[in-house]
Amino acid sequence: MRPYALLVLAGFRQQSAYRLAALAGLVANTTFGFLKVAILLATVEAAGGELNGYDAGSMAAYIWISQGLLGSVNLFGRTEVAERIRTGDVVVDFLRPLDVQGASVATEVGRNLFALLPRGIPSVLVGALVVGMTMPTTPLPYLLGAVSVLLGITVSVTTVYLVAATGFWLVETRGVQILYMVLSGFLAGLFVPISLFPAPLLALASATPFPSMLQYPVDVLSGRVEGLAALGLVAAQVAWLVATAALGQALTRRGRHKLEVQGG
Amino acid sequence: MSSTQPRAVLHGSRWTPYRAVLGSRVRSQASHRASFGLDLGSSLLVGIVELAEVAVLFTSVSAIGGFDLAAILLVFGLADLCFSVADMVFGHCDNLPEYVRTGRLDVFYLRPQPLLLQLVTSDVSLRRLARAAVGLVALVVGLAVNEIAWGPGAVTLLLLAVLSGTATFSAMFVMAGGLQFFLVNGAEMTNAFVYGGRYAATQPGSVWGRPLVVVFGFFFPMAFTAYLPVTTLLGLPAFAGLPGWVGWCAPVAAVWAWLAALLAWRTGVRHYQGAGG
Repeated sequence: MRPYALLVLAGFRQQSAYRLAALAGLVANTTFGFLKVAILLATVEAAGGELNGYDAGSMAAYIWISQGLLGSVNLFGRTEVAERIRTGDVVVDFLRPLDVQGASVATEVGRNLFALLPRGIPSVLVGALVVGMTMPTTPLPYLLGAVSVLLGITVSVTTVYLVAATGFWLVETRGVQILYMVLSGFLAGLFVPISLFPAPLLALASATPFPSMLQYPVDVLSGRVEGLAALGLVAAQVAWLVATAALGQALTRRGRHKLEVQGG
Repeated sequence: MSSTQPRAVLHGSRWTPYRAVLGSRVRSQASHRASFGLDLGSSLLVGIVELAEVAVLFTSVSAIGGFDLAAILLVFGLADLCFSVADMVFGHCDNLPEYVRTGRLDVFYLRPQPLLLQLVTSDVSLRRLARAAVGLVALVVGLAVNEIAWGPGAVTLLLLAVLSGTATFSAMFVMAGGLQFFLVNGAEMTNAFVYGGRYAATQPGSVWGRPLVVVFGFFFPMAFTAYLPVTTLLGLPAFAGLPGWVGWCAPVAAVWAWLAALLAWRTGVRHYQGAGG
């Protein structure tokens, strides 16, 4: 496991070089956050102060935690390994004594963890200071929430790896990536919490790994879902992590036989 | 030089080069049918998902900020139609940081054509037509389901709103482009008013607090692209106690946005010193 742990660390440090990019991301995230606050709190107000279990405070918590996670959870579907598969550079990765999927996932998770520092924490602070949000007062939701956030980040990375792995067959994965980007934000609960969805849409979202990336970690960390129900959400995240990682491993093995590299 | 060269190339109007480039871009996109079809499909899906994000809120409440689903359809349709058209023409100003990094921009500087025109005609994303279609359908449905006092006034207001809104969104892309010369790695910052602006434009401005009214109501005049024209069209009260005819001021907002955009663009272009090499 040691090389993978080092790769997580390397990804973390690599991302720390892009400070301006991190600031830019924070500005964009916060702007979107304020717009989400405007429309969603107006919706809660229109519903008489309580909407499917959300009041103003818990809605604000949902908004700012999800905006904070946005820099760390891959909802865009782009990864470095996709480009390496397209160009054939991945053949070098296959020669290394490391698992191709494992190394890619470890580096990406490290990068995404770094983003919590300049983008995640400040975003939540802005929300807490300017808007006022309801957060749990006991330590347990924070502990379970930390686990859930880590799982959410990792599930997003293992799922995006699947997008990249289709490149072994498709070569150009832009179409798949755009499809991922369009669906992930909506079904992960980025603009509207999925618990506000009508029943069929909620069932559809729950049948995908996307809520595990954003909605579930936000629910656990904000204490909106507690106790056994919270453990249930974390269990769902673990299940999606195992499923996406196993599928990624299988695709990588098959893709390796399919891989054709041109030139000398 | 032989005299058999086609006259059109030698003596064509000043627009001939742009027409030739754009024509080739359009033909090249249409020639890869499968890829183009997939692009159109996913753009269509983008539009539908964005509409769903708005509509889903109305499954739990009947009105937000004094706007019901019918009125919001009108705001969404107008904003999304204008944004998609602007995105199709000016959207690849977003590629500027990449052009700067790879040095492709230096090539543009060498050609005897204005930089912005070259950038605009360097690509045209026909797939955005699919997204514009979603906006158009939402707008048409919105016009049908709302009680509108039709007459020359309403038609003029609507046409004015579409033209001004498209111009305003285009200005946002150009302004972002101008700022990219300074930001490069911080390119994401401009997403706040380009894509954040699009998001703001689809909202009823009545839900905004004072800071948002200042930022997206006036400085980046997003409220003038859809929300304010719709309040005038439907006779609804506008935010910040503005008078009922404020929707007619959409062209003023477009002019303001372009002044700011051209200033940002000029400053950026003069600041640029090349990527080296």
